[in-house]
Amino acid sequence: MAFSANRVASGVTVVAVEGQLIVANRQELKQLMQEALDRGDRKFLLDFTKTAYVDSSGLGALVSISKKVREVGGDLRLAGLNEDLRSLFELTKLDTLFTISETASEALAGF
Amino acid sequence: MVTAARVGPRDSDGRDRFRVELHTDLSKVGYVVEAVINCCNTVAAVSTRTQFRLCTVVAEAVANAMVNGNRNDPNRLVVVEVEVGADSIVIAVSDEGDGFDHRLMPDPTHDTLLAATRGRGLFMIRSLADHVSFNDRGNTIWMTLPRC
Repeated sequence: MAFSANRVASGVTVVAVEGQLIVANRQELKQLMQEALDRGDRKFLLDFTKTAYVDSSGLGALVSISKKVREVGGDLRLAGLNEDLRSLFELTKLDTLFTISETASEALAGF
Repeated sequence: MVTAARVGPRDSDGRDRFRVELHTDLSKVGYVVEAVINCCNTVAAVSTRTQFRLCTVVAEAVANAMVNGNRNDPNRLVVVEVEVGADSIVIAVSDEGDGFDHRLMPDPTHDTLLAATRGRGLFMIRSLADHVSFNDRGNTIWMTLPRC
């Protein structure tokens, strides 16, 4: 499990969530995002293309991160969710809180 | 690394049983999930959809057991029992806590709770498992999922 952040040419910080986002590693993602906010990054794309599963702590971390990004006038988008993850966002109604794109490239085009 | 131990031979109904016992340690949750998936796949490969559901409900139940049941006490144990049958997989997760009343959990999809950062765990388990039950004390949860 790992997170990798990469700032692309359009000024968007793309964070790939690899493996799982769960209680054991959510703090790592929150810290990575906080550090990016602290250095002035404001546009974020969380890419779930390589994510196997997310637990409720992971979803809670996403909600928390979303609030922090909004507080500083930033923009957070999600992309690359497989069918199961997409269903998870729908059944928890978190799809209404986040801007979700099919693919990372679609999301990047929307910033 | 966490390993699930086989409990006896396959029974007369064709069910295989495995058991994982570990002390409370949230950093181990992902390894428990891997161990459960591995023992299910030992019997027969599970589908991608079932694997997603298994991973999610096991991670959720084990984290709940450690945090809400055992109150993060590293001296307290969590036990995960896996029963792989012909058509279904039953996972039992037990902790050493006082238990809780599962009927009192609020609906996290209610408008007032939608932006909460906690409180979705049991709702997710109930949504992803075919059947969920608890013992009277509320410190053991059984979750049934389809094998395929």
